[in-house]
Amino acid sequence: MSEEQHNDRSVNAERRRLLGGAAALAGLAIAPGVFLVQAAVPTRPDGTPATDQVRWGMLVDTNRCRTNCDACVTACRDENGWHGHGRPETDVKWIRKITITEEDGRRTSLPMMCQHCAKPPCAYVCPTGATFRRDDGVVLVDKHLCIGCRYCMMACPYQVRFFVHEPVAADSPNHPRGKGTVEGCNLCVHRIDRGVLPACVEACASSGRGALIFGDLNNPRSEISRAIAAHGAESVRADLKLDTGVRYQGLS
Amino acid sequence: MASRIRYQQIGQQQPAKFWLLAAVAAVVVLAGLGAAAYMATVGHHITGMNNQIVWGMPHVFAVTLILAASGALNVASVGSVFGRVDHKPLARLSGVLAAALLIGGLTVLVLDLGRPDRLIIAMTHYNLRSIFAWNILLYTGFLAIVAVYLWTLMEPRMKGYSTTAGTAAFAWRLILTTGTGSIFGFLLAREAYGGAIMAPLFIAASLAYGTAAFSLLFLAVMGSQGRRAPAALLGGISGMMGVFLMAVLLLLAAHFFTLLYMPGREDVVRFLLVEGGSLPMVFWLGKIILGAVIPAVLLLNSATRRRAGALAAASVLVLIGGFSHIFVMIVGAQSYPMQLFPGREVSGAVFDGRAASYAPTAPELLLGFGGIALVVLVALVALRFLALTPKQLEDEPEVGTTSADESEATGEGDGGLATAPGQG
Repeated sequence: MSEEQHNDRSVNAERRRLLGGAAALAGLAIAPGVFLVQAAVPTRPDGTPATDQVRWGMLVDTNRCRTNCDACVTACRDENGWHGHGRPETDVKWIRKITITEEDGRRTSLPMMCQHCAKPPCAYVCPTGATFRRDDGVVLVDKHLCIGCRYCMMACPYQVRFFVHEPVAADSPNHPRGKGTVEGCNLCVHRIDRGVLPACVEACASSGRGALIFGDLNNPRSEISRAIAAHGAESVRADLKLDTGVRYQGLS
Repeated sequence: MASRIRYQQIGQQQPAKFWLLAAVAAVVVLAGLGAAAYMATVGHHITGMNNQIVWGMPHVFAVTLILAASGALNVASVGSVFGRVDHKPLARLSGVLAAALLIGGLTVLVLDLGRPDRLIIAMTHYNLRSIFAWNILLYTGFLAIVAVYLWTLMEPRMKGYSTTAGTAAFAWRLILTTGTGSIFGFLLAREAYGGAIMAPLFIAASLAYGTAAFSLLFLAVMGSQGRRAPAALLGGISGMMGVFLMAVLLLLAAHFFTLLYMPGREDVVRFLLVEGGSLPMVFWLGKIILGAVIPAVLLLNSATRRRAGALAAASVLVLIGGFSHIFVMIVGAQSYPMQLFPGREVSGAVFDGRAASYAPTAPELLLGFGGIALVVLVALVALRFLALTPKQLEDEPEVGTTSADESEATGEGDGGLATAPGQG
C-alpha cells in the first residue's frame, strides 16, 4: 500500500467518522420534538394516580409559528372530535390561532388554548368541582359533573373554554363530550398518560416548524425546561400571576 | 292603630277575576318552561348567547329577581328589626314576596343551565372554594329562614320569636346579596367589575329593587280591595326607596370613577358608558334617567312622595332601571373584548379583539318573563290561601274618603293599581 493510498484511506475513515457524527448531530437537531420530547413523556401505568412529581407544560416558540399554518388546530380537532357546525360564534375551539399585529406592521402568530394555570380561576369558581386541576398540572373537566353554568367561562381570562351549544354528533373515542357542558384543551391527557405527545405538538413537529415543545416543567433536564432556561419564556397576561403551564417565547 | 292586627286571604269575593289573573300568569310560566325545554333539547345555539356572551338575558332576569328577593324583605325588617310598628302589618306580604321572587329567579337560573337535569349534582357536589357554591347554600338557606320567619309571624305561639327570626333573615339577606355581588366581584378576568365594591353595590341595588317590587305588590293588593294606603306609610316607603336609590347611584359612581382612575381600565368604562353600541343608551336612559332620576324626583319630592300613583310609577321605573343596570353589568362586561394582549391589536377567532354583539332571542326572553310570571303566580296562590293581607292599617283612610295628606296629593285615585282584580 502506497503512502498515498494509505493517506486516502485515512482521509476516508476520517470523513466517515465526521459524516457519522454530523448525521448523528443532524438527527438530534432535526428531531428534538420526536426523540428528546418523546422521552420526556413517561407512560403512567394504569391504576396509578397522577402526581405532582411532574408538571406538564407546553412551550410555544412564536418565532417558529407561521401565520398561515393551522396544523395544531386541525390535529386537535381530529383528535378530540370538536368539529363545528359552521357557526363561529357558538362553535367549540379547543385551540385557535391568534395574530398580534404591532404598530410597525410586524405580525406574531401563536396558538391559544387552555393555559393550564397552577392557580386556575375556572377551577376555583366551578360550583360542583367539575373543573379541577390534576396533580400533574393538567386542568380537566369532569363531564359527568359539569352542570353547564358557564361560570368558568366568565372566570377564564384567556377565553379558552367553550360551551357545547349543540348536540354532539358522535362521541369522541378519547373522552366523553356532550351538549350543555363546558370543555377546553386537556393537553391530550389520554395520550400523555400513554407516553404519547399531544396531537398539536406532534402535528407541529411534522407539518409545521416545530414551534411546540411539550414536557415536564419540574424536570430541569427536560427539553422544555432547557429551552426555557436557555431563551426564557413568558405567560400571557403574566400580570395575573396565574402561573400558567403554557408559556410563550418571542412575545415581547 | 288597632291593638291586634287582623289578616285576611284575598281572591275569594271575585274568584273568577282572581283565577283569571292566576291563569294568565300560569300560561306565561308554561311558555317559559316550554322555551327552557326547547333550549335544553336543541342547545343554547338558538339563543343570542355564544362563547363570548355566555350569560345573557336569563341571567339578567335571574339576578335582578334574586336581588329584588333580598330587598323585598326590607319592609318586614323595618317592622321586626327596627321597630317601625306601622310597617309590621306588611311583614307577611314582604316575606312571601321575597320567597316568591327568589323562587322565580332561581328557576330561571336553573333552567338556563346547560344541564338543568343535573340540578341534583349542584345540590350534592360542592366546591366550597366557589362563591357560586356558597350562593347555592345562601339561596336555599334564605328560603328556609324566610319560611321560619313567616311561621313566627303567622303562628301566635311563635310570635315571641319573630324579632329573632326577622333579625336572622335581615342578616342572612345581607350576606346573600354580598354573595351575589361577589359572583361578579371575584372575577379577575372581567375588567368591568371592580372587586369588593360589587358586594355593597349589589346590597344597595337589592334594597332599592326589592322595595320597588314590594311596593307594587302592596299597592296592587290594596287597590284590588278598593282600599287606600295610609299616606304616612306611602311616604315612609317612598323615602326608604329614594334613599336606597341614591345609595345605588353613589356606589355606581364610585365604581366607575375607581375604574377610570386605574390605568388600563378607562377603556372599559368608555366602552360601557360611551362607545359600546346600545349599552350606553341602556345605561343612561334605562338606568339613570328612567331608573333613577325620574323615580328619585317622585319618591323624594314632598308633592308626590305620599301618593300611591307616584309610588307605583316610581317602582315600575326603578325596576326598569334595575334590569338596565344588571344588563349593562352582565352583558356589557362580557361584550368588552378580553384583553389577552393589552394595548396590542389582536385578531383570530370571531371574538378576538372585538366587542361582542348580543341580540336575545324569543326563547330566552320567554324564560325570563316566565320567571316573573312564576313570581306573580306564587304570590297569588299565597295571597289566596294564606292570611297575609292586613284588614286594616294604621291611619288607613276609609274607602270613599281622603285623608288630609291625600286630599292635597291625590286626584286620580290609586293609579296603576288595577293589575290585581282579586277582592278581599
